[in-house]
Amino acid sequence: MADILTYVLHYEGALNKNSLGAVSEAAKQAAQIGGECHAVVVGGDDLTDELCQTLGAYGATKVFRARGPEGLAQPVVDVMAKVIEDHGHGYALFGGGLLGFEIGAGLAARRNAGVTMEVTTVRAEGDELVAERPILGDSKISVSRYRGGLGIIIGRINAFEISKTGGASAEVIDVELEYSPWSTKASMIERGEQRGADVDIEGADILVAGGRGLGKAEGFRLAEDLAAAFGGNSAVAATRAVVDAGWYPYAAQIGQTGKTVAPKLYLAAGISGAIQHKVGMQSSENIVAINKDANAPIFEFSDLGIIGDLNKILPKLTEAVKAKKGA
Amino acid sequence: MKICVLVKEVPDAAVEKRIDPSTGRMDRSGEKNLNPYDTHAIEAAMQLREGGAMQVDEIVAVTMGPRSAVRALHKAVSLGADRSVHLCDDALAGSDVAATGYALSKALEPEQPDLVLLGQQSDDGECYTIGAVVADHLKMPSLTQVIKLDVEGGALRCERQAEYGYDTVAVELPAVIAVGDAINEPRYPSLKAIMGAKKKPLETLPGVDPETEEPRTLDFVHIDASLVGADGSRVQCGEYKDPPAKSAGQIIEDEDPTETVEKIIAWLDERKLI
Ligand SMILES: Cc1cc2nc3c(=O)[nH]c(=O)nc-3n(C[C@H](O)[C@H](O)[C@H](O)COP(=O)(O)OP(=O)(O)OC[C@H]3O[C@@H](n4cnc5c(N)ncnc54)[C@H](O)[C@@H]3O)c2cc1C
Ligand SMILES: Nc1ncnc2c1ncn2[C@@H]1O[C@H](COP(=O)(O)O)[C@@H](O)[C@H]1O
Repeated sequence: MADILTYVLHYEGALNKNSLGAVSEAAKQAAQIGGECHAVVVGGDDLTDELCQTLGAYGATKVFRARGPEGLAQPVVDVMAKVIEDHGHGYALFGGGLLGFEIGAGLAARRNAGVTMEVTTVRAEGDELVAERPILGDSKISVSRYRGGLGIIIGRINAFEISKTGGASAEVIDVELEYSPWSTKASMIERGEQRGADVDIEGADILVAGGRGLGKAEGFRLAEDLAAAFGGNSAVAATRAVVDAGWYPYAAQIGQTGKTVAPKLYLAAGISGAIQHKVGMQSSENIVAINKDANAPIFEFSDLGIIGDLNKILPKLTEAVKAKKGA
Repeated sequence: MKICVLVKEVPDAAVEKRIDPSTGRMDRSGEKNLNPYDTHAIEAAMQLREGGAMQVDEIVAVTMGPRSAVRALHKAVSLGADRSVHLCDDALAGSDVAATGYALSKALEPEQPDLVLLGQQSDDGECYTIGAVVADHLKMPSLTQVIKLDVEGGALRCERQAEYGYDTVAVELPAVIAVGDAINEPRYPSLKAIMGAKKKPLETLPGVDPETEEPRTLDFVHIDASLVGADGSRVQCGEYKDPPAKSAGQIIEDEDPTETVEKIIAWLDERKLI
């Protein structure tokens, strides 16, 4: 008989897709354990009654709305801790964004709760929730059970599907609170800056993705040449490591804090295949990886793996693709 | 100002990580390295000290872990920390993320740091969350995934990539900051620093009472023993199982690039991808 509380992130008046997945999942699980799904939103005037009520369609019955800064975790911890204290939720569930990790962990500290992150499956056993998390580079799955009054579940990105339950509009409840002194000591100066060109990779059928193995910004020429050789609907994508380094635009980034793609062909060059990258491209129809390290995790989930130096292979591959296309 | 850097000993990347069937915990017997992500936190501390925008009087490496974890502290000191603190007690074994963060906050409290730096993730645990737990206990503002850290008027100016692009956030001190691995290129320790590392002060907590020579309990560091260790943790992990089997992909070991490329083309052609 426990209720489940979720956090819904928003940006410029739009609700975050991963958060909607979290609400859908929480509603589904709440029904199993005989509770309700509630959501917390924190922000400014763009959190209108109408916007908050739409969460009812994904299964939330109540939306707790607090005025506060956006894009920072600790104020949300304050709000969720208060809502849980007042209403006694048994679980808190988050989608897999960056803020969900920070809020979930902060809340675990505040409420002396157990927390599991990177959760891919949640299931009900009796009136309790059990969370499954892949560990050790996805080679094992570990099962988490919770003790104490509150269990915190932080999903892996894209793990929870968005589903409309056709529920009635949610009741919106305004929460008044005083933020903790330390929660107000971080302030947003600029949010959501798009670094680099605005490229479109989501519609591409063929993606040539480059990582740190390209060596330097200029190394992306090899990936661009190959994409051009494929022609048609192809584009170049990147890992976070190279975007953070300023080698390639943010709009081309695949992964947890970038885009999720599922092209017909995903050709990864010089990419290790970290989980945070994998979650954004694992649904690609065909995955080809070139990496000089035979132990690179990407070989665990590629359909064709080439152990070798991309500097030797990519230029020849580009020529061969061109020749094939010309033939 | 004092900077504390949280560091951890992890299995060497080359060692296959596995679960020890007898304890149901991660097999840490092959442990021998400082978590590579933590070297970026130490380097960030060094760059703050050398940058001169604020005076850094001391850099203290702090770890919680078994006896062997002193090696991670020695490595941290060889990379620039002035001294280190080792929180080590059998009762801490099996602590989950929340319990670990709580215990670390108790080891940090007496240090009264102006800044706590840590890595974005541990190579074995991969929880990305210790910073947020520690910060809430220490009642400090916090941010994770920071890839640019500047000092401006006594406060920090941090940049990081979040869900909608890059955010720039001002954070007042004292604060807890987890740095991303793109923040810097950690330096290599000099031979002299490696040799000298074992001579730098290392405090073990709760340690041994110098008068009675009895080991102290966790009370000495104000840790409530009922909140740590496997029994104090609010999450119980276990029942390890295998993920659904995925058919292994084909592997080509490149010996002759021309030949390799022919094989790739044939593979793509077969699937009508060209
Ligand atoms: C909260 C969080 C969110 C994150 N979000 C994302 C995200 O959205 N997207 C993302 O991509 N990452 C993300 N990351 C980072 C992720 O964990 C990895 O650090 C990153 O994906 C690594 O990028 P990489 O593969 O380019 O670099 P590396 O891991 O450094 O891999 C480079 C690879 O290139 C190979 N190589 C080197 N030279 C050659 C050569 N000449 N020929 C062939 N191969 C070569 C190496 O063997 C190596 O495997 C996130 C991390 C965290 C903690
Ligand atoms: N036992 C520990 N002792 C000290 N620092 C730790 C410990 N565990 C994790 N950390 C720090 O927390 C960071 C994130 O770890 P994790 O949350 O396990 O991914 C690491 O990079 C370390 O800086």
